[in-house]
Amino acid sequence: MTSAAPAEVDLPRSADNPVSDKPWVTIVWNDPVNLMSYVTYVFQHVFGYPKKKATKLMLDVHHKGKAVVAAGAREAMEHNVEVLHGYGLWATVRHDT
Amino acid sequence: MEPFRSVRGGGARAWLAAAEASLLRNLVGQIMTLVEPEPRDQPKDPKDPKDPNGSAGQMTPLDDLAELEAMLHPPGAAQAPDDPVLARLLPDAYSDDPEAAGEFRKYTEPALRSAKYEVARQMLDTLPEAGGRIQLTKEQGLAWLKALNDVRLALGVRLGVTEDFEEQWGRLKPDDPQWAAYEVYAWLGAVQESLVQALA
Repeated sequence: MTSAAPAEVDLPRSADNPVSDKPWVTIVWNDPVNLMSYVTYVFQHVFGYPKKKATKLMLDVHHKGKAVVAAGAREAMEHNVEVLHGYGLWATVRHDT
Repeated sequence: MEPFRSVRGGGARAWLAAAEASLLRNLVGQIMTLVEPEPRDQPKDPKDPKDPNGSAGQMTPLDDLAELEAMLHPPGAAQAPDDPVLARLLPDAYSDDPEAAGEFRKYTEPALRSAKYEVARQMLDTLPEAGGRIQLTKEQGLAWLKALNDVRLALGVRLGVTEDFEEQWGRLKPDDPQWAAYEVYAWLGAVQESLVQALA
């Protein structure tokens, strides 16, 4: 796996939830087995992302080696990872300092 | 096989030959054996030896609740599995913090194993032994997607599949012992692809 920086994505931001309060991220890593269509489907299904955003994230994972797919509280990111592991995606939590 | 197609109102349908159904049952069964939680030590006898008459009818002291919870949800191992297939099916949740990865694994791996076992079981429940017509609800289709993906991950790790899978396969001679496994792997990908399209 390459050490490319996580792809930048549009994360939900608002005045109430500035990014500095959301220092944890869910990362999905590239994998030679998972189908591109399946990864897109999982992003839509798990996160409720529209197809266009899910496809962009999938392509970021595919081309850049990994992508940040969600940001928020640590517990929420750990929950994401648990769910994504259930789907067979290779996902990790990281403290985004 | 007739690939999966959408069904009006959600869900998907397909048709499998007997040999294909038998192959899928075998592979999914192997995943169930792999992820089945390891038998753990039996919990200690909850009866207090200092109280031979028992304490029926009395409220459990609050101190015992943590122990009770641990009994119902015993933590699993903190170490990632040695087997590369299991390590891929049950990956570390922290890539740069072994301690956090171990803690997370201890408290989530048993549930993840159960979840994988359950989707595999759901797939077997809806996969006729002699093959034939398969009709899945959306929920059953989702279980199939997950279970098929686990089979492909396991096979992919064993074969050492890379992004250049087609080239790897192409370099093998048809009498290579791995040739048939590559063919199965490619077929599983086509089955899963048709199911994703049917459910999307």
